[in-house]
Amino acid sequence: MEKAINGKTIQVNEEGYLTDFSQWDKNIATEIAKEEGIPELTNEHWSIIDYLQDQYKKEIPLSIRKIGKSGVVDIEKFYALFPQGPLKKATKIAGIPKPASCI
Amino acid sequence: MTEYNGEVRKMMIILSKATLENVYAAFVLANGARMEGIEAEVFFTFFGLEAIHKKKLEHLHVATVGNPAMHIPTMLGGLPGMEALATSMMKKEMDKLDMPGVHEFLDILKASGVKMWACKLAMEMFHLKKEDMYEGIGGVITVGEFYKKGAGIGTHMLFI
Repeated sequence: MEKAINGKTIQVNEEGYLTDFSQWDKNIATEIAKEEGIPELTNEHWSIIDYLQDQYKKEIPLSIRKIGKSGVVDIEKFYALFPQGPLKKATKIAGIPKPASCI
Repeated sequence: MTEYNGEVRKMMIILSKATLENVYAAFVLANGARMEGIEAEVFFTFFGLEAIHKKKLEHLHVATVGNPAMHIPTMLGGLPGMEALATSMMKKEMDKLDMPGVHEFLDILKASGVKMWACKLAMEMFHLKKEDMYEGIGGVITVGEFYKKGAGIGTHMLFI
């Protein structure tokens, strides 16, 4: 389905995840973050978003455990930065698919 | 105030067993809840206390007797070394799936905001002290206190 953000139209699935990563930009990330209850993306948020996108491009599956070992952020901080389901929210903001991981 | 539409908001998980498959079931359910933005608390009681017992938690085994899904005849399952063999095989498979060991999993749960409690009655029965247990637990509490912590709309309780 289509979604309009800041005058730009993007393709998203029924849960609001971008289906075409090439349509992603920082404005879109900021807007999705607001919808997800994160009013402002700080440098810490951006470094996590970069990391997630990098893992996605390398086709490495994401998990909470890997985030904790990434050296980018620890698990406690990750939950604090993206409250209420951090991996779900962070990937949505990063414009990549929702991870199918249980751990 | 937002309207309640039946979603799960909090999982109260009671772990009463110390076999590896049950401990992991409880941990994955608690962790999975947090990943979805659902609150999670785990109450360790009876043999479940071994999962947070410092000296025992890295030595938990899979049950090979009385478990038809293992597809090992019960008589063979009871032979010396069978539990250890089945356990090492299962741990290898879990490694492939990037599953953490028990201690690391407890650390992940703690960092993810899962609250963990030891059952007071079972602690007394097994002559255990809080110092014997994993340091990330919230405390030693009674069943009644655990129920109180589950108060609120959308709480589910699960006995493992």
